[in-house]
Amino acid sequence: MSYIPIADQKDEMHDPHSFIAKYVWSMDHKVIAIQYGTIAVAVGLVALALSALMRLQLGYPDTFAFIDPAEYYQYVTMHGMIMVVYLLTALFLGGFGNYLIPLQIGARDMVFPFLNMLSVWVYLLSVIILMASFFVSGGPTGAGWTLYPPQAITEGTPGADMGIILMLASLAVFIVAFTMGGLNYVTTVLQARTHGMTLMRMPLSVWGIFVATILGLFAFPALFVSAIMMSFDKLLGTSFFMPAMVSIGETLDHTGGSPVLFQHLFWFFGHPEVYIVALPAFGLVSDVLSCHARKNIFGYRMMVWAIVAIGGLSFIVWAHHMYVSGMNPYFGFFFAFTTLIIAVPTAIKVYNWVLTLWEGNIRLTVPMLFACGFIFTFLHGGLTGIFLGNVTVDLPLSDTYFVIAHFHMVMGVSPVMVLFASIYHWFPKMSGKMFNVTLGKIHFWATFFGTYAIYLPMHYLGFLGVPRRYYSMGTTEFLPESANTLNANITMAAIWVAVFQLVFIFNIIWSLWKGKKCDGNPWEATSLEWQTPENPPAHGNWGPELPTVYRWAYEYSVPGVKADFVPQNIAPEDVETTDGKPYIGHED
Amino acid sequence: MSGESLSLSGHAKTVVEDWSSDKQAFNVPWGKFMMWMFLVSDTFIFSCFLVGYMNVRRTTTDPWPYPSEVFALEMFGTSVPLILIAIMTFILITSSGTMALAVRFAHFKDKNKIFLLMLVTAALGASFVGLQAFEWSKLIAEGVRPWTNPFGAPQFGSIFFMVTGFHGLHVSCGVIYLLVIARKILRGDYDKKGDYSIVEITGLYWHFVDLVWVFIFAFFYLW
Repeated sequence: MSYIPIADQKDEMHDPHSFIAKYVWSMDHKVIAIQYGTIAVAVGLVALALSALMRLQLGYPDTFAFIDPAEYYQYVTMHGMIMVVYLLTALFLGGFGNYLIPLQIGARDMVFPFLNMLSVWVYLLSVIILMASFFVSGGPTGAGWTLYPPQAITEGTPGADMGIILMLASLAVFIVAFTMGGLNYVTTVLQARTHGMTLMRMPLSVWGIFVATILGLFAFPALFVSAIMMSFDKLLGTSFFMPAMVSIGETLDHTGGSPVLFQHLFWFFGHPEVYIVALPAFGLVSDVLSCHARKNIFGYRMMVWAIVAIGGLSFIVWAHHMYVSGMNPYFGFFFAFTTLIIAVPTAIKVYNWVLTLWEGNIRLTVPMLFACGFIFTFLHGGLTGIFLGNVTVDLPLSDTYFVIAHFHMVMGVSPVMVLFASIYHWFPKMSGKMFNVTLGKIHFWATFFGTYAIYLPMHYLGFLGVPRRYYSMGTTEFLPESANTLNANITMAAIWVAVFQLVFIFNIIWSLWKGKKCDGNPWEATSLEWQTPENPPAHGNWGPELPTVYRWAYEYSVPGVKADFVPQNIAPEDVETTDGKPYIGHED
Repeated sequence: MSGESLSLSGHAKTVVEDWSSDKQAFNVPWGKFMMWMFLVSDTFIFSCFLVGYMNVRRTTTDPWPYPSEVFALEMFGTSVPLILIAIMTFILITSSGTMALAVRFAHFKDKNKIFLLMLVTAALGASFVGLQAFEWSKLIAEGVRPWTNPFGAPQFGSIFFMVTGFHGLHVSCGVIYLLVIARKILRGDYDKKGDYSIVEITGLYWHFVDLVWVFIFAFFYLW
């Protein structure tokens, strides 16, 4: 082959020296990852504050004069969009993707570091555009996070003047940023692995992030196109999504557009988006569970194929978000069918996580607590998903709190549990210091019980028929008084959870500053990122020589070996065994 | 450092094993693979545009204009349908040919010929964009706008300007890309490593833009 990978090139790597080159305009994937993560968490805190405001209104209607209906809808919209796109997508792929891919596959960096750097700055730009919408006249858009036309761009919807334009512009810019990063992740995983790192030896984190990135590259175009078309409808007066309509007594200039087209385009992005967030979570949690259970992941091959199958299926289930949209009812049959099929590989994964714990030598560390919490919340969210996947059950539940509860359980709380598990798990690697364990455990239990206190009652409210997206229930005959009490309780729980996230923020900042120094592999893990010569890894990750990989990443508690784990890069003859013979392990 | 693959000493047994072996799944430069991925992603963008086009063409309540009349030019006293678009298509297809020749000379590392052919390709691309501007201005003079259209459905103007505009943007970016790379070739930026794969990567992008045009041509002018 005429092409020489950077890893084997003779010429020196250009180490950055000045502070700015090292930490600001950095091309090092680790610094970029932390920049991505910091921006995402910061903007996520804004979304968290918005959700607290929403809950205050819902729990105690007519109490807070400063929340009017328009503002309430703006909170809802911005909370949803920020959490799904700007926090979860960015933190999993931009944050953990950037940090873990090169380290876990044994590369020195992403294949195109400059593009990678561009990606994070363009992402920051998209966040700034989004945040700017809080300060324009009319405020941010209040169209709901799905931005359905025609209401998203017609007079009367909050933020229909400037807010929606900034939202669409910000999404388009975000997609550009994601594409630059995503192309890097895919190319790095496929083309820049180290000696011996076959695809089937990659840790599941890399598999999850890799497949999710491919989903992103194929799904975000649909959002990009719908953002362009909707901004044309708004700015140029075209009628892609706008039918002829009368709004506030006035006949609009639009004619002949199709609002359902937007819904199809949006959900063609929107459903894969669920898995863009879930697949990295699946991968990361698999590694955390296996490491802290001191046991190999159960059914590694199945786990990989389940990730790939879920990724493929996620492109043909989108219209299950549209059962009530007025599309051809026969579509419901097809999409309910595919939706239920996707439960099969997902269930395989859940079984395998549980079976990984089975008879493991479990260490209940903070990351492990969050990983186990994830299994609970994901199982609950997944089961209610089977309800909603069926057309006949979905129709009455569709516009109720049941959907809110399902969605937040499966795509809110579960991925966030994994985010916390992963942040605690890899914090010692990223910072070289250990976090405060007691604070971490307080954070876990408060968050775990708190989120259940929020979302379990919501299922019940949904069955009662409490509609979602309402600013205030008022007095409704079919709702008992207890529904309002329950709503107030949920609000208390939500405030509780929000406040306890400050414990997490404090823990991270305090530990960065004063935390105990720790060695490079505090969890005694096997994958490559824990075997770097320096901790945290230096620029170039591996020193003069790339590691060589001899086995998969799940060599825990194997009989015949003295230590209870065998790192991927220890040569067979260097493994200390009880009988003195070389130990190869699971090669696959 | 032992650079050999450990699980597959020497020969790959099956395609799958080969593909999933260490180092590289595809035996191509990183940049080329990345361009392929980008183009697949871009295909999704154009597909969504075209699906949107097909959809609004069905939902609009006004009749769709007859393309061979809208896109006709008065020449020598008679109206010739689709003549301008035929010339534009011919130019773009020709530019693909000159690009392919540039890629061929990249294998021989013939700097001057690569430079010249890329320059010709860029010139053809630029003239395509120029003719598109002419076509646009003709339609605009006739009263076609993104929001209205004297020939029938307003969506005709919206989708036409949007999709050909988006494609024209791709061609314009391609022209700039070609010129930048052509200059770097001539300056000898790639001589140090003797790696001319960038010409092929640029070519991939250029051929893709041509291919997209074929679809736009079929869906907008012939349907």
